[in-house]
Amino acid sequence: MNTPEPQQLDPGTPLVHAWRNMPDVRGHFGPYGGRFVAETLMAPLDELSEAYEAARNDPAFMAALDNDLADYVGRPTPIYHAERLSKKAGGAQIWFKREDLNHTGAHKINNTIGQALLAARMGKKRIIAETGAGQHGVATATVAARLGLECVVFMGSEDMRRQATNVYRMRLLGAEVRPVESGSKTLKDAMNEALRDWVAHVDDTFYIIGTVAGPHPYPAMVRDFQAVIGRESRRQMLERLDRLPDAVVACVGGGSNAIGIFYPFLDDEDVQIYGVEAGGDGVATGRHAAPLSAGRSGVLHGNRTYLMQDDNGQISGTHSVSAGLDYPGVGPEHSWLKDIGRAHYVDITDTEALNAFHECTRIEGIMPALESAHAVAYAQKLAATMKPDQIVLVNMSGRGDKDMNSVAEAAGESL
Amino acid sequence: MSRLASRLGALREQGRSALIPYLTAGDPAPDATAGFMHALVEAGADVLEVGVPFTDPMADGPVIQGACERALAAGMSLSGVLDIVTEFRQRDNETPIVLMGYLNPVDRMGLDTFAERAQKAGVDGVLIVDMTAEEAPDVVPTLEDAGLDAVCLIAPTTGDARIEKICAKASGFIYYVSFKGVTGSASLDVSSLAASVERIRAKTQLPVAVGFGVSTPENAADVSRVADAVVVGSALVRQIAEHGADRDATQAALRDTLSAMRRAIDEQDNTQGEARRA
Ligand SMILES: Cc1ncc(COP(=O)(O)O)c(C=O)c1O
Repeated sequence: MNTPEPQQLDPGTPLVHAWRNMPDVRGHFGPYGGRFVAETLMAPLDELSEAYEAARNDPAFMAALDNDLADYVGRPTPIYHAERLSKKAGGAQIWFKREDLNHTGAHKINNTIGQALLAARMGKKRIIAETGAGQHGVATATVAARLGLECVVFMGSEDMRRQATNVYRMRLLGAEVRPVESGSKTLKDAMNEALRDWVAHVDDTFYIIGTVAGPHPYPAMVRDFQAVIGRESRRQMLERLDRLPDAVVACVGGGSNAIGIFYPFLDDEDVQIYGVEAGGDGVATGRHAAPLSAGRSGVLHGNRTYLMQDDNGQISGTHSVSAGLDYPGVGPEHSWLKDIGRAHYVDITDTEALNAFHECTRIEGIMPALESAHAVAYAQKLAATMKPDQIVLVNMSGRGDKDMNSVAEAAGESL
Repeated sequence: MSRLASRLGALREQGRSALIPYLTAGDPAPDATAGFMHALVEAGADVLEVGVPFTDPMADGPVIQGACERALAAGMSLSGVLDIVTEFRQRDNETPIVLMGYLNPVDRMGLDTFAERAQKAGVDGVLIVDMTAEEAPDVVPTLEDAGLDAVCLIAPTTGDARIEKICAKASGFIYYVSFKGVTGSASLDVSSLAASVERIRAKTQLPVAVGFGVSTPENAADVSRVADAVVVGSALVRQIAEHGADRDATQAALRDTLSAMRRAIDEQDNTQGEARRA
């Protein structure tokens, strides 16, 4: 009698499919993610993980979320064929997923609606948030107003200057905007300050993190709330065009709009995935915000991920014309997608992004947020190398109304 | 036995509370720190806690944030902190030193290299604020293999099961964070402190130090009544900030601040000792 061959475990399963199981129970995406916080936050994070698990398995919670996404946010957002931009690029067809049409003008509200409903379910009366461009702050102040929750938003004083209109919007919505003067006075410092506030007020406060960073369960939870972008896009592509895009492109600050559109396409191996980081003055100059392109693994804000840091492990200063991308870290799932090669990470400079902003505004009549303009710029480059019957889907993560000052300043004008 | 364990053990036998001052290495300049450390020992420090500056000290309030910024601006690094310890050890081979900091600088240097270099420099214990037992099963063994104690934090939010888990891994002493908040906040509540320290003592023989929020001699005495050791940080770092570049004035202020706490703790220890004997 022949001895049977020993059975192989998972014969030939490509590594990419491991995404289905990510993160593990403690929030790891391969070597990244996890929970690196001071001891005081461990119990509140456990409480949050449990509450989130219960909520997402509760049909009533999910139905309330879907209702709000439809009636309050305005979902589903359309996909739009940017024909003139495509023609100009001279290659593939460029389509936009119109997250700029959401209530409050960006994808950020998909996540704040979800987390605010969770906060209310957990009986928390006070909401805090960090913000860079102010879009997450506005989206948080908005849902707090609607649910009658007290709201404090931490914002770097440099960003408050760059995004003065959003500061005023948050105040109109009843939120207190607390200037952060420490460190580089931008998004990373606002996040430090929000974490410090949370440590001091864990009993009554819910911290709504605005991107797929932070300690577990935030990267997974925020991804789940943002994945509605990709689920809709995939369905809309199939309904409208009877096919999937050849490439999906999104800008990456912390990475929430990107993971939101990427995640439902990860199993579609013919769909190329591109995350666009802020190249600032150019990655070679060191003045940029592109940790995946030029950083190394490290630990910041509660998770292990690619970081911009010096040889002594100190976090480096960042630069980008867009406040929402001006962050030295990136969500841990992106670090992992980079390492396994499922997603490609590229960079676009300030100048390229500003050019794309103007071009998109002039020939499509759509003013992209400066963050989203990075994705548009890369999509133009990419489309030019592709055939006219191919499709590039771009996440238009937000609208540019908030950026009038920055755009004018870059053009040497003042408003 | 480690320098840390024998020092704290001896104090416990004598019924005395340990006083552990903290300062951020390199604040306001790398060549100031060793001198400040000697001054603190002269003023009654039993153990020294030396902060490794980090750009993003998320568990620290504005006072220690400021110290980190000054130290980094003056060129301080983890490597530089180890040099300071080496320098300090040329004149003091007795006082135990605990390094306190955040994970990323250690991660960048490499845990093995760090542990080896720290031990060689004369460090006795290490406390990494954002390193939890779950994330780094290898951190504690690596530190201990190098002969370093792994000091761990316990917070008011830590449940009994976790307290047990943390105590099983920790060595040197347990650092109890006296309230929910960042360093330097003033909201010490001594009444709840006693119960919390008892909760920890039920799980471990290790000495329990209490820190965060000790800013006056009265605070120090109150804490010493219930804990084995009192950690004081922001109150000292504030002196460094206020005196700027004047080293002599800073050292005098550090000495005054700490010796007032030393006296208050000793009086408290004596009263407690007499009460016990009576
Ligand atoms: C419109 C827009 N897009 C993108 C981002 C970047 O964030 P994330 O990478 O999490 O999508 C921001 C952040 O403020 C934003 O406002």
